[in-house]
Amino acid sequence: MREIKTDLITEVIEKLCIDANCHLPGDVKCAIKNCRACEDGAIAKGILDDIIENYEIADNENVPICQDTGMACVFLEIGQDVHIVGGNLTDAVNEGVRRGYTNGYLRKSVVKDPIRRGNTGDNTPAMIYTEIVPGENIKITVGPKGFGSENMSAIRMFKPSAGLQGIKDFIIETVETAGPNPCPPMVVGVGIGGTFDKAALLAKKALMRPVDSENPDPYYADLEKEMLQKINELGIGPQGFGGKTTAIGLNIETLPTHIAGMPCAININCHVTRHKSEVI
Amino acid sequence: MEKKITLPLTEEIAKTLKAGDRVLLTGYIYTSRDAGHKRMCEALARGEDLPIDPMNATIYYVGPTPAKPGAVIGSAGPTTSGRMDAYAPTMMSVGARGMIGKGARLPEVVEAMKKYTGVYFGAIGGAGALLAKCIKSAELIAYEDLGAEALRKLYVEDMPLMVIIDSEGNNLYEKGRAEYLNSKK
Repeated sequence: MREIKTDLITEVIEKLCIDANCHLPGDVKCAIKNCRACEDGAIAKGILDDIIENYEIADNENVPICQDTGMACVFLEIGQDVHIVGGNLTDAVNEGVRRGYTNGYLRKSVVKDPIRRGNTGDNTPAMIYTEIVPGENIKITVGPKGFGSENMSAIRMFKPSAGLQGIKDFIIETVETAGPNPCPPMVVGVGIGGTFDKAALLAKKALMRPVDSENPDPYYADLEKEMLQKINELGIGPQGFGGKTTAIGLNIETLPTHIAGMPCAININCHVTRHKSEVI
Repeated sequence: MEKKITLPLTEEIAKTLKAGDRVLLTGYIYTSRDAGHKRMCEALARGEDLPIDPMNATIYYVGPTPAKPGAVIGSAGPTTSGRMDAYAPTMMSVGARGMIGKGARLPEVVEAMKKYTGVYFGAIGGAGALLAKCIKSAELIAYEDLGAEALRKLYVEDMPLMVIIDSEGNNLYEKGRAEYLNSKK
């Protein structure tokens, strides 16, 4: 049994909120640069150049890459041999978000009620996802999620008879409907299987995976490649102005599911696909 | 082709802008998002004046991050314009002409743009750090309680934009994609 203090969790989350919002992960930068090299249209090239310049400014000046610094999605993989001491875990996470968004000059984008609205003023509460894993560490991932892209996400409960083609058509339909709204080039997270809620969680987790990673199952790795290519044949292009680069990555995560169902969720992210992790 | 435009956006200037034009915009613009638009449209419905003079005004759909000490503003890229579709025709009916945002607009907004000679500009979504560079001053005008959504007056210099929809209803999203797909045939 290892003890981890809530103060340390708060401290790490504060840092991760700021880092994630100001510094784009290397895999995403690399994917954008590769797409820039392949574009041939003048407008598309110009947009991607500006996107590259933007994340370089953010890196150099420690400012947010995008003004939508998102809802703070906090993933905690908690080792089963960890004992958290010093206070309530949820409070510790929210305090980290509060400090990160205040001290990091990040935008407070959370309202306290979905219908009655009213900004909470400190970007809390965080969306917290906990998982108990073997070991005596906690892996903390902060993935700030902007809502321009979140709003273009979708979930559908398919009959098994819809098969692979049903899933493929749904991915294309969702990207097509999203069009220019989620700030393309986008990243597409696909969750297939499980239950209604688990499919959505899988889709979100798919966005936390590096964009150049592959599903370990070759069947789904091939599907990832095929769907990314099909999306990039749609011609939506950077910012929707036309071009080759509609998406810079597509990740699929799956779970076993019920004999009667085939849930599929698609979580869309923009080119500012942010996440930072630390193990404590 | 790149056009340098100095605000205010008069009807004459608006008519010269065509979908697909790259524009460098200089002058005063206002910031507003959903909550600010809702308040302005409610004020108009009650017959009250707006906190801004809407005549020939350009509204930037943005909720910036807080300014760091010494900075004019934080990151300030566009938000999704579709959320302002419910309010944009009303705003144009009282003289507002320019809109800066990103993403698709509803047919009724395009119809209002044709009727009132409006122009819809696109700024690069997700390029908030870059766009902040062209904002030279920022002044709080109203609705301070809305935080990032408060109404601000900005002075921008050579703000890089694309004309997405012009006052005749031509649309770069449709045109740009069709041209790309045709070039691949």
